Amino acid sequence: MSWYALLGAVEQGLVYGIMVLGVYLTFRVLNFPDLTVDGSLPLGAAVSAVAISFGVNPFAALFLALGAGFLAGMVTGFLNTKLGILHLLASILTMIALYSINIRVMSGPNVSLLGRNTVLDLFMRFGLPGYVASIILFTIISLSIVVFLVWFLHTEFGQSMLATGDNPRMITSQGVNTHTVIILGVGLSNALVAFSGALIAQNQGAADVNMGVGTIVAGLASVIVGETVFGRGGVLRAVVAALLGSILYRTAIALALSMKLGAFSFTPSDLNLITALLVVLALTAPRIKARFFP
Amino acid sequence: MMLELIKITKYFHRGSVNEVLALHDISLDVGRGDFVSIIGSNGAGKSTLLNCVAGCFFPDQGVIVLDQRDVSKWPEFKRAALIGRVFQDPLLGTCASMSIEQNLALALRRGRRRGLGRGVRFEDREMFREKLTHLDLGLENRLQDTVGLLSGGQRQALTMVMATLARPEILLLDEHTAALDPKTGQQILDLTQRLVEGMGLTTLMVTHNMHQALRMGNRLIMMHRGEVILDIAGQEKARLQVDDLLARFYTLKKEAFSSDKMLLV
Ligand SMILES: Nc1ncnc2c1ncn2[C@@H]1O[C@H](COP(=O)(O)OP(=O)(O)OP(=O)(O)O)[C@@H](O)[C@H]1O
Ligand SMILES: [Mg+2]
Repeated sequence: MSWYALLGAVEQGLVYGIMVLGVYLTFRVLNFPDLTVDGSLPLGAAVSAVAISFGVNPFAALFLALGAGFLAGMVTGFLNTKLGILHLLASILTMIALYSINIRVMSGPNVSLLGRNTVLDLFMRFGLPGYVASIILFTIISLSIVVFLVWFLHTEFGQSMLATGDNPRMITSQGVNTHTVIILGVGLSNALVAFSGALIAQNQGAADVNMGVGTIVAGLASVIVGETVFGRGGVLRAVVAALLGSILYRTAIALALSMKLGAFSFTPSDLNLITALLVVLALTAPRIKARFFP
Repeated sequence: MMLELIKITKYFHRGSVNEVLALHDISLDVGRGDFVSIIGSNGAGKSTLLNCVAGCFFPDQGVIVLDQRDVSKWPEFKRAALIGRVFQDPLLGTCASMSIEQNLALALRRGRRRGLGRGVRFEDREMFREKLTHLDLGLENRLQDTVGLLSGGQRQALTMVMATLARPEILLLDEHTAALDPKTGQQILDLTQRLVEGMGLTTLMVTHNMHQALRMGNRLIMMHRGEVILDIAGQEKARLQVDDLLARFYTLKKEAFSSDKMLLV
């Protein structure tokens, strides 16, 4: 794998890492498997791309995406808590609905940002080459979000979110309305995912309705890779591991794509299959280990 | 009165073949500072009674007044501001993945708004340490340890401390020593006695152990098939023996009791 490809993988790992932090929040903190992300990632991309094409400042467009993702997540949380729909199904419903909504938002299946200013253009004014500028920008943003999440999860409200995922009966008996916590938590998670989608769209110069396919699987894979390599433990460790897991995961994918076995090589469309297998492997590894290496 | 239950009726699966009348027109007044032990055979409705007070579900009929407030329509999390609870299962009262001090901090804010201030405050640690020292389990030196590492008895002791950390108007204990070995159970009972007396807490304690029920508290209630069939307080309760209790039960219910007797003693 070339140096260039590695930098590309790190860049992807950082920008998708923001999505992974969102997935960590639902999957690990709230214990809420949330498939909304497959719809909220393109939602963020769509909202920010459309906003930019209407002349909105690219930074402001990121925050519009954040808000849109928050609303989408709140819908899933609402369906689950107030209407009593199973969390997985609730999130699939929102995800499917978002497919239609994203096409409405973009008035079509995609929007190009060709010739438009993005946050990267603004950042490149400092005279850095493109690929360095994006890595620096994404590092700053993803690290800020890591700091924010670690701080947030240590606040009173953040602690009750951790408790809601761990032991909802206990935290209810301590006076916390778990419905509110779940709605806001899934909202926050999807806000991060949409934010990530918005950055991705600005980075690649387009938003596409299909760009969210497989987001949840990639997110889970990254969280699990991070945990496997860097261990679980406190909040700080888990959050950092999620981001690093994202970088490792993208690097592994880049490696797989650059591999050549005779005439055979993987194509980007094989990515979802590889990822799904990776997640299955990671999820069953403890069992396999216990069975064959007791 | 601290707690007034007025004509509480609770069905499960109402209208189906599995219909159960768990609470039948129960009225009960509990005075401020009363320590009531509740006994009764399996399925008598003891847990249902406590769950109704806590708001886990709403009764089909009746009014619940807690500390002069009609809480009948309050959801569980809102009533929690007034209630401390310890469950039978030691795993239910704490968060396994969080540290001892984080669990205590969660309990300290029971019934208060939780904002963006620090979860565990520096100035609270001293107080946590002091409370844990009284348990004599060495937990005061393990504030940062994950609760999942503790034994069932240690977790139940921690839950007792948590239930009383922010003073509750009423303390609900549902067979909170039943899952522990006898020695640990006794330690938790001693702790219960100390905390309840020390703070003068109004308490409802469900137990399957008649001796416990007789020894602890100033009032004893026996339930059977969703009704309160015996309610003895004060001097009379202090003089009561297990045999009296069984005799009273016979005369009151005049029912075959053989199967229940084994469960009770
Ligand atoms: N959630 C529920 N759904 C359906 N039926 C229930 C439920 N909870 C309790 N019951 C039924 O209500 C009746 C009273 O149960 P409850 O748990 O209050 O008894 P208990 O006095 O606590 O008994 P035990 O000593 O066994 O704990 C029982 O017949 C029980 O089967
Ligand atoms: Mg019970």
